Amino acid sequence: MSAPAEECLLELRFPARADRMVLVREMVRSAARFCGFGERDTQDIVLAVGEACQNVILHAYLGREVGPIVLGILRGADRLVLRVTDFGPPIDPATVRPRDLRDLRPGGLGTYFIQQVMDTADFGPALDGTGNVLQMTKKKGPAT
Amino acid sequence: MTEVIHEVHGRLVATLSGEIDLDRAPGVRDFLLGCVGRGRDVVVDLSQVSYIDSSGIASLVEALQAAGKGGTRLSLAAVSPQALRVFELARLDRVFTIHPDLDTALAAGH
Repeated sequence: MSAPAEECLLELRFPARADRMVLVREMVRSAARFCGFGERDTQDIVLAVGEACQNVILHAYLGREVGPIVLGILRGADRLVLRVTDFGPPIDPATVRPRDLRDLRPGGLGTYFIQQVMDTADFGPALDGTGNVLQMTKKKGPAT
Repeated sequence: MTEVIHEVHGRLVATLSGEIDLDRAPGVRDFLLGCVGRGRDVVVDLSQVSYIDSSGIASLVEALQAAGKGGTRLSLAAVSPQALRVFELARLDRVFTIHPDLDTALAAGH
């Protein structure tokens, strides 16, 4: 059985800068509501995209000129797919791991949040070798 | 998006508002560390915070740790549902003292 088809709802391209994220979050919030997600799921989706972009801003272009982030928002019948692409050097997915919560210290929670609030989160090199892609999926549940 | 501080019965109330993300977290961190540095207990009013992420949480954790080192207390009040969700995800609702509203926080011992 083939995977359910998804259509592109939006594709945003923006500089990997922290001051752009308030705009991006507003767009993601609107897209999630447009697709019928409830308030809590919408907040979770916004958080996950914010954390994913934050990781790009902090790590992908370290020591280089700030590059772009491409955010693809796709919708399927029962899900929303968020695809965050950067164009920095390939990162070994094995190095992208959440930290131990028992270690109380500032920072390092973004990857953990993404894994907690999304149904899937897969990170790896872009197929054409020009960066990295984090693809996240949120399935529709009862409206919350 | 502002940070405001005022004094109530010898304690400091630090009010944050808006969306606290990577862009704003450094300013929030400096503001909270400045509050804690005054050497009194601090209540952080989060009632007007509509969004917080890991970078905002990091600022609060740093302020909490600074308060502990300085022998004072830092607690949270009126945490919005979105912010509370993030605290719960990080299991920080077990680390911070969280009051339902500011009046309760000020009436409490800390």
